[in-house]
Amino acid sequence: MALPVYATPAQRLWHYIYLVICTLVLFFLVMPLVAVIPISFSVSPFLQFTPEMLRLDPDAFSLRWYRIMIGDCSDPGITTVCSDNWKIGAKNSLFIGVIATLLATTLGIFAALGLSRPIMPFRKLIMAVMISPLIVPLIITASGMFFFFAKFNLVSTFTGLILAHTVLGLPFVVITVTATLVGFDTNLTKAAASLGGGPIRNFFKVQMPLILPGVISGALFAFITSFDEVVIVLFIGGPEQITLPRQMWSGIRQEISPTILSVATILVILSICLLTTVELLRRRSERLRGIRPT
Amino acid sequence: MASSIETAPALKVHDLHKRFGEVEVLKGVHLDAHVGDVISMLGASGSGKSTFLRCINLLETPDSGSITVQGETIGMTVGRSGSPVPADMDQVIRLRARLGMVFQSFNLWQHMTVLENVTEALVHVLKMSKTEAHERACETLEKVGMLDRKDYYPAHISGGQQQRAAIARALAMEPDVMLFDEPTSALDPELVGEVLKVMRTLADEGRTMIVVTHEIGFARDVSNKVIFLHEGAIETQGPPAEMFDNPVSPRFRQFLANAIH
Repeated sequence: MALPVYATPAQRLWHYIYLVICTLVLFFLVMPLVAVIPISFSVSPFLQFTPEMLRLDPDAFSLRWYRIMIGDCSDPGITTVCSDNWKIGAKNSLFIGVIATLLATTLGIFAALGLSRPIMPFRKLIMAVMISPLIVPLIITASGMFFFFAKFNLVSTFTGLILAHTVLGLPFVVITVTATLVGFDTNLTKAAASLGGGPIRNFFKVQMPLILPGVISGALFAFITSFDEVVIVLFIGGPEQITLPRQMWSGIRQEISPTILSVATILVILSICLLTTVELLRRRSERLRGIRPT
Repeated sequence: MASSIETAPALKVHDLHKRFGEVEVLKGVHLDAHVGDVISMLGASGSGKSTFLRCINLLETPDSGSITVQGETIGMTVGRSGSPVPADMDQVIRLRARLGMVFQSFNLWQHMTVLENVTEALVHVLKMSKTEAHERACETLEKVGMLDRKDYYPAHISGGQQQRAAIARALAMEPDVMLFDEPTSALDPELVGEVLKVMRTLADEGRTMIVVTHEIGFARDVSNKVIFLHEGAIETQGPPAEMFDNPVSPRFRQFLANAIH
């Protein structure tokens, strides 16, 4: 963003103020994430930059919190609680996240297909109900689910958690897929039908590949929602259902250990990798086929 | 066309009616296409010619009337909502594979190459093996002059090339009748010629074609029958020589005058 030569002094001034504001906003967004990374490699059991770390003394750094994270408790210097809970939490979060995402994506695609048909009755109402988990305060959804699920003995079960996370992820899939379907040319499925393709094959061969970008971003949102969800887990999860966010929550409350920062670092790196991969794939398909994602 | 009278019609449409809400788009249209016929359908926009074509392979469901492909009539029944629906969807799907359709906006699948667009239905509908389908697709693409573009995605080729690929996609199925729905209307003027040339070749091969078009020259030179639709009904029809040299209907005269100017 270069400044034109004919800019007045006032415009120049505003331009620089604008740059400062932008930098500050980005700084406050990114710094909390970045600050976590060096502290997670600290030897000290306190969440702080030690003077030794600032001097880049190699003895001030260690991987001990990462060892605790993976359940390796052999380090004699460790005074904090050490258990397999992080490993269990990661496994559970992944399991619940993947199943809930699969369910939410499948159901969400069907819902979006139905809702995008003009002959569907009560479209607005159904859409509103399906979107409601996004709007209703989470604590209300969570307490409501707690009492409702209790009637069906779903509290303290993985099934209950997966269903709850499916409900939370569903609106993302419905919204993104509905948006993609608006730009979808129904003549393409008509062309498939004109060649003698049945409706189910036409959907999977023609429509599905073309709305895939919307499906993937919806699924990604659904997965992330499930993966960092803590309120519903606290309500519905029993002692068995330790998830990563729940373990972080109890970690922060009971003992302030840098292990949380190690986990956070891993999660930040994972998210960056995931988003980069999706973006690269999207660009690749765009370059290859010349499709503009809608 | 003395020989064509003796054979059974490739396609027979009887008294086709279709309404969209309050508007009656088709008011009883008849059509007989014998093997080798090239029928051009002319008419102002809104005259119902595209709807008629879409009704033939039931992309639109007609309200009444019958459609017979090579002696086989599409069975219709009354659906739950009271409007007519196909009695046997499998029959419709089967017959559609024998009616090749070329659309105004090409409707190539953007996520597949030209070759994949052509082989898709060969493999999945005609159940050909991959190699057979590939062979057939290449032959067909050669015929429309698109073999050198077979590995391109539709977004990377011109409109004329896309339409030729779309013709190849329909043609590779070796349909009994080819339906063209304004195949050149979405093209830039300089690209119309290449598509018309391909269609002319197909007509010369003796393929049965029904062409909805605005190309008066094509209708006059290539087709052996011209149908002029006006407000959902056949206003006049006949061999092109009679129709164009000595137009009886004042409406058709008016249409020609507007089209030629």
